[in-house]
Amino acid sequence: MSLLSRLTPDRKADRQADRVVPPSGHSAWLTSFTAGAMAFLAVFALALSLAAGRLADRWSDALERTATVRLSAPEDQMDLQTKAVLAVLSTTPGIASSRAMTDAEQRALLEPWFGPDLPVDALPLPRLIEVTESGAGYDGEGLRQRLAAEAPGAVLDDHTRWRRPLAVAAGRLRLLGLLSIGLIGTATAAMITLAASAALAANAQVVRVLRQVGARDAYIARAFVRRFTLRAISGAAVGTLVGMIGVALLPSTDTAGGFLTGLGFQGLGWLYPLTLPPLVAVVAFAATRAAAFRKLRELT
Amino acid sequence: MIAFDNVAYSYGGGELLSEISLRLAPGSFHFLTGPSGAGKSTFLKLCYGELLPSAGRITLFDREVRSLSRDDIALTRRRIGMVQQDCQFLDHLPLAANVALPLTVAGKASVPQDLSDLLGWVGLGQLADALPPSLSGGERQRAALARAIIIGPDVVLADEPTGNLDWEMSLRLLTLLVELNRMGKTVLIATHDLNLIRQAKSQIAARVLRISKRRIQLAGADL
Ligand SMILES: Nc1ncnc2c1ncn2[C@@H]1O[C@H](COP(=O)(O)OP(=O)(O)OP(=O)(O)O)[C@@H](O)[C@H]1O
Ligand SMILES: [Mg+2]
Repeated sequence: MSLLSRLTPDRKADRQADRVVPPSGHSAWLTSFTAGAMAFLAVFALALSLAAGRLADRWSDALERTATVRLSAPEDQMDLQTKAVLAVLSTTPGIASSRAMTDAEQRALLEPWFGPDLPVDALPLPRLIEVTESGAGYDGEGLRQRLAAEAPGAVLDDHTRWRRPLAVAAGRLRLLGLLSIGLIGTATAAMITLAASAALAANAQVVRVLRQVGARDAYIARAFVRRFTLRAISGAAVGTLVGMIGVALLPSTDTAGGFLTGLGFQGLGWLYPLTLPPLVAVVAFAATRAAAFRKLRELT
Repeated sequence: MIAFDNVAYSYGGGELLSEISLRLAPGSFHFLTGPSGAGKSTFLKLCYGELLPSAGRITLFDREVRSLSRDDIALTRRRIGMVQQDCQFLDHLPLAANVALPLTVAGKASVPQDLSDLLGWVGLGQLADALPPSLSGGERQRAALARAIIIGPDVVLADEPTGNLDWEMSLRLLTLLVELNRMGKTVLIATHDLNLIRQAKSQIAARVLRISKRRIQLAGADL
């Protein structure tokens, strides 16, 4: 039987089954609150996970596999050394391609710092040569030595490599986020199990009377399970909503700068947190049902 | 219907009941007497699967109690109406809903006319909307009897059903039970009330079981 049909097999019978169990104030509140708080936390863990994932992807994608050779040389030797560097690069295993940047490209790179009127020609700017690695990567130390021999003014700047640990860290952060979601789910199940067991124990007399008049365990359990599941899903809905509002209100990516690159949801990513309330409902359903049947066997 | 075969029961200490072998035939009417603490309530609980025998076999409707699952026990109890000595109710539901509870949990609709007739018969017509905690001991006993018979069980077990009732009301309940017995139900009543037993014997062929020295015996003709 599917979860939904179990929850709503026969509304009239359910309402009656609901009524045979007295309304329980304490555990009701506890369940809604727990589900809400956990869903709220899960929204942030999810946002963290997704953002960390994006960061990891971006850092390892975009900056991966490129390096720069910076060549400083007296003006008259510049072209010669550029050629020498390109020659070295083209014979280095692990380098897919290399290309000297044009003046226009260099000006574009510098523009944000010095403005559009920079007289590139008049300045003793180093020449930048863009290097793209091939799959296996190159031997950085060997390349440095060869460059030193062939073109003394050339410096290999594999600036992207320092980002690699960051990309790894971002990947770990994503895992931690997912782990947190798992823990939150487990904690939710545990709390709801406790609340449901407590509710059943508090209603020991009700259970005894119901068993005496011929109620099956499934009937008694259903009243509790339905109640707790509905409470959990409504609590989780509120918690999720508040969490999503909280994420939406975080300072926007542009103003906070690239480093916090959007702790939030993007586009269809906003759909992910919407799966939390149903997920909590499933967890609550399974936890309460297991607790109910176990407790019923204990009680009678 | 209900058969005991060399049954013994103990709550953990010494044996309270030993070597009990008897059959409650369909349509029979039995009283169960014995001193306080002799094990009358215990015997009734064995009769409806609340307690399991420490030794021997108890058969309910041709099935050994030990072989019954929890669901089977529940279904069996729909055929056995039980009035416990300490009648317990769902305190948050009005009396009428409590009396109709066996129907509710069996997924059957209660006919309002039948329900109010039954409540009227046990003298609780005015109290249909009262909550159980506000009822007197006698009112609770009558409500428990109404609840026990509303689903039309094959067997009615009653533990001191008239313990808190005046003679007039006792007779009224006895008449109800005798009527049920005439309709073919099996009835077993645990009671100290010898007058009640005499009164019943004047109306129907009731047999009296007595617990003494851990055994159950058929009482003599003096009762
Ligand atoms: N749950 C229990 N655990 C241990 N001992 C019990 C339990 N229930 C009953 N007893 C003991 O078993 C004995 C028989 O109890 P039972 O209730 O069957 O007596 P009874 O014949 O119905 O007495 P009364 O006429 O006072 O109702 C008593 O001595 C009682 O103390
Ligand atoms: Mg007793």
